[in-house]
Amino acid sequence: MNGDQTQFEEPILKLRRQIEELSATDTEPGRQAEIAELQKQLIKVSDDIYSKLTPWQKTLVARNAQRPYTLDFIAFLFDDFTEIHGDRKFGDDPAVVTGFARFRGTPCAIVGHQKGRNTKEKIFRNFGQPRPEGFRKALRAMKLAEKFKLPIFSFVDTQGAYPGVGAEERGQAEAIAMNLREMASLTVPIIVTVIGEGGSGGALGIAVGDRILMLEHSVYSVISPEGCAAILWKNSAAAPEAAAAMKITAPDLKRLGIIDEIVPEPSGGAHADPARAAEILGPVLEKNLKELLKIKPALLPEERYKKFRKMGVFEKG
Amino acid sequence: MAWFRKEKKPKEAVEKQTAIPEGLWVKCDECKEIVYRKEVEANLSVCPKCGYHFRLSATERFEMLFDNGKYKEFANDIHSCDPLEFRDTKRYRDRLRVYEQRVGKGDAVLCAEGKLEGVSIVICAMEYAFMGGSMGSVVGEKIATAIERCVDKKEPLIIVSCSGGARMQEGILSLMQMAKISAGLARLGSAGLPFISVLTDPTTGGVTASYAMLGDLNIAEPKALIGFAGPRVIEQTIRQTLPEGFQRAEFLVEHGMVDLITPRAEMKGALGRFLTIFRGN
Repeated sequence: MNGDQTQFEEPILKLRRQIEELSATDTEPGRQAEIAELQKQLIKVSDDIYSKLTPWQKTLVARNAQRPYTLDFIAFLFDDFTEIHGDRKFGDDPAVVTGFARFRGTPCAIVGHQKGRNTKEKIFRNFGQPRPEGFRKALRAMKLAEKFKLPIFSFVDTQGAYPGVGAEERGQAEAIAMNLREMASLTVPIIVTVIGEGGSGGALGIAVGDRILMLEHSVYSVISPEGCAAILWKNSAAAPEAAAAMKITAPDLKRLGIIDEIVPEPSGGAHADPARAAEILGPVLEKNLKELLKIKPALLPEERYKKFRKMGVFEKG
Repeated sequence: MAWFRKEKKPKEAVEKQTAIPEGLWVKCDECKEIVYRKEVEANLSVCPKCGYHFRLSATERFEMLFDNGKYKEFANDIHSCDPLEFRDTKRYRDRLRVYEQRVGKGDAVLCAEGKLEGVSIVICAMEYAFMGGSMGSVVGEKIATAIERCVDKKEPLIIVSCSGGARMQEGILSLMQMAKISAGLARLGSAGLPFISVLTDPTTGGVTASYAMLGDLNIAEPKALIGFAGPRVIEQTIRQTLPEGFQRAEFLVEHGMVDLITPRAEMKGALGRFLTIFRGN
């Protein structure tokens, strides 16, 4: 199967193991210099590998379970975060977290997809695949943000909305559609960051914003590469081809005018150093927030409409 | 992968063409009866034996809904190109050529203006025969243009959906059309103008998860398949066969997602009644 990330990461992992082994016996003379040399090599090798990732490899990186998730970024970048639960209609969806916090002093609302790391967490978070309640909870939090004039930070990281019987019965499509329409009209700044997987409608359901940022190795697509391959190639093993054909990487989306900014990741990807990934993202969020706070709130929906109105490529005449 | 697992081949999608197959007689997809073609056509392409609604083309839809079948098409100078240079087993560019020759240059939606029961109105009708009615940049642009026209001229909007969802060959650009159209509908709503969504068989994926579900009223044709995820995807997820009637129009009414089901013969009358009432006279 082509799903093994460690294949292309092998040279990086090997160097890391060597450094670890040497560090264990660093009392010997000359060891420090040797370690420093290996560390230099590690950065070089990581940068080299990560600068040449294929779209499919990026998909695997975006799905890496050691990558920082929404709650990690919240812990690194926000103060006084308090989570709120439930859509006031049916239930609470742990695949989406919502709450209020302070970002460098500014009170704000946060919504984001949340995945799990181990089996138990993954099941609890439904693999980060929201049900209608997740989208409705997010909208509730965002409407509260509007009421109290708080900017919204949205973190996108989902394979897609959950395709289950209950989700259909309770209006998965309606929940997403409603968010698209209502987010377009909110009179507070919305900063969206794709931190891992931006999977289809499930991603877009919390991603209509004034600024769309993407971490360097994250992906954002209309359907998963496997799904696209299954339909168009009639074979889900063609996922790497589908990933390349759909143009799902951050540079692709920047070129297509979909996203505003690519946020660099630390050497070897965000999962190699989550704290550093957050450190890089922080000032980018701050800069964008400052810019948006200068715009009169009542004008935000108009600007947002213009932004999305421009998206699309076609011929006229 | 385990050696003993049976490789599951995805079932090939059965590509249903719109309208009624050529020939003097047609076999109904539902009751399998052989019926006289002219009789079906005279009956708004509804099977006279069992009431099955055959798929309509966009122009047939216009002829059925606009007064005296009179309407003026607009935004028909917008055409799909191939922004991603997409290629699966075939080039997207080549696929487009084939559909343009077979179906017409209108892509998967046509927009027209005219009167319905005397009310000036804009109707967008999706064309399933064009790549399964899939929504790419052109569908998004045409519907956005239609919405803006409605806002400018203070006219109500009807969108007749018939689509498998977003067009994969335009990748993320297709996904963004959902946001673009929904943002437009927000403006239409603030202008106090009605938007009625008519859902026909099938309406799934990104079309359902944006404008098709955002009608002030959502009206479905009988037995239309309406859903977010396709039935096959759900079956693969839950590893069970879905019950009869799942994701059909009747199921959606039962679950509160659709306002009413209206047979084709009564559709125009129902739309007209709502529009005049919403106008306050």
